[in-house]
Amino acid sequence: MSSAAPWVVETTSLSKTYGHGVGAVEAVRGVDLTVRQGEVFGFLGPNGAGKSTTISMLCTLVRPTGGRALVTGLDVHTHPHEVRQRIGLVFQDPSLDERLTAFENMELHGLLYGVPRAERRRRIGELLELVSLSDRARELVQRFSGGMKRRLEIARGLLHHPTLLFLDEPTLGLDPQTRNLMWDYILKLQREQGITIFLTTHYMEEAEHCDRIAIIDQGRIIAQDTPTALKAGLGSDRVEIGTSTPEATVHHIAEQHGLTATVDGDTVWVEVPDGAAFMPRLLAHPGLNIERLAVHRPTLEDVFLSLTGTAINDDSPDAFAAIKASTRRGRGL
Amino acid sequence: MQRPQWLRNSMGIYTIWLRDVRRFLRDRPRLIGSLVQPTLFLLVLGNGLAGSLGGKIPVSAHATDGGSGYMAFIFPGILAMTVLFTSAFSAISVIWDREVGFMKEVLVAPVSRWAVTLGKVLGGATVAMMQGMVMLLMAPIANVPLTVGMVLLLIPGMFLVAFAMTAMGLAAAARMRSMQGFTVIMNFVVLPIFFLSGAMFPLAGLPDWMGILVSLDPLTYGVDLLRHITLGFADRAIATDVMVMAGFGSVMLALSVWAFQGHS
Repeated sequence: MSSAAPWVVETTSLSKTYGHGVGAVEAVRGVDLTVRQGEVFGFLGPNGAGKSTTISMLCTLVRPTGGRALVTGLDVHTHPHEVRQRIGLVFQDPSLDERLTAFENMELHGLLYGVPRAERRRRIGELLELVSLSDRARELVQRFSGGMKRRLEIARGLLHHPTLLFLDEPTLGLDPQTRNLMWDYILKLQREQGITIFLTTHYMEEAEHCDRIAIIDQGRIIAQDTPTALKAGLGSDRVEIGTSTPEATVHHIAEQHGLTATVDGDTVWVEVPDGAAFMPRLLAHPGLNIERLAVHRPTLEDVFLSLTGTAINDDSPDAFAAIKASTRRGRGL
Repeated sequence: MQRPQWLRNSMGIYTIWLRDVRRFLRDRPRLIGSLVQPTLFLLVLGNGLAGSLGGKIPVSAHATDGGSGYMAFIFPGILAMTVLFTSAFSAISVIWDREVGFMKEVLVAPVSRWAVTLGKVLGGATVAMMQGMVMLLMAPIANVPLTVGMVLLLIPGMFLVAFAMTAMGLAAAARMRSMQGFTVIMNFVVLPIFFLSGAMFPLAGLPDWMGILVSLDPLTYGVDLLRHITLGFADRAIATDVMVMAGFGSVMLALSVWAFQGHS
């Protein structure tokens, strides 16, 4: 039971099959994940890829049918209550008691997790301050906006000093401004509370904030690395060159750099390993009439697309809602 | 912060109980609203039927019979009704908790499922008992003179009935996923249990088939118990009433623990 394990989350061939025989559904097929102490870990994947099932197993809500999962060094199967005591959870759908005040919601949580009275009072004040809800502590939660509720849930999830905080789609359904604000809070938590954060998101630009990400597709992990490394693995930058002499530019690039460029109107496109280093060398050649230069780096969206063959957000809202509803039923909550 | 599991569970039971009680005390409209129905039954049915039934109602040991004994006779039945309806409402609120997501917060806490279930039953029972105590204010209107001793006995008496009824409601609601379950439980469980309990009519001279149903209705014993306390007479022995209520309550509690256990 050593809590000083190098990994906060470590799974080996973690699997979950629902049902038996012909109708059996393999939701998760042998997942190996490792999350380091203190990092923000992003867990990405298309709907139905096994994200929710994996998280539910890590949170001891769903029992694995194969493999093993250690969370904070403890086996989720043999020590579910100890694991629960050490993790914080913020669900995708709100789970607050709206007929109680913000303070009371926090207090119930503290009681459920056995935080001693004095400690509880102090910590509630501190956390409400952290998420800027101090002045609304005595207000009923039903009057809160979506962003305020989400912040309150995050504060609540931290009350019992978890080592690891799970955030399932923390910014879903929030407007862009509130989303940015949420990210400020999340990164502040990591910095100031030294907490490890395990999150899922649908927004690729948000995954950029993560220290490391894992991509799951059809129940398997297909990539696990830092966003930078994943993008680098995709290969090259695309350099866009606006010029009045496209043919000469293509010719020059082929001759001097041994690269094949393509022409699109008055724009020349070329793929190079390092766009930032390539541009000055191009400009150093006086014969080219270059009017504009731009480097397009591969985004995580590109990484996702190349690995899974689908864009992460290409499903219709209706299908999305239906899948969410069915996973909720599947989880039995 | 390593705590033994029994301590976690005790805190869990207390927390769930506290939430129900706190919400109840805050929710004045609910408190008042849930008194309207029993009050209507007491006043309207009580007065309405008193005239025609007057002579045929068993005479109460305590009631200062103002006209007929009917209002006094149904008063303990009305207390049982208040307890039953409040208990059912508390139990059914778990469906609502699931719908709004609060249930998840409780289910992921490091507290055993049985403790959550027990906390919920105790919470619902406490609220129903308190609601029943409020109904005691109607005692003078029903011509039932209350003594301090009676009130002190009514607290555990109503709590026992409330416990059994909440556990029953919870067992019924445990696996329900939508608020439609509410109507189902009200129509197929709560109303038959109320009408067959003898809360509103004397049990002597019923047709055989109905007599059997009445004996099978757990609330019959609850009404009987409350009638013993408030009127000083009833159809069955107090020991029987207490044992049936406690036994039924325990079985229902076990059933709801089982129902919640299986539900991951």
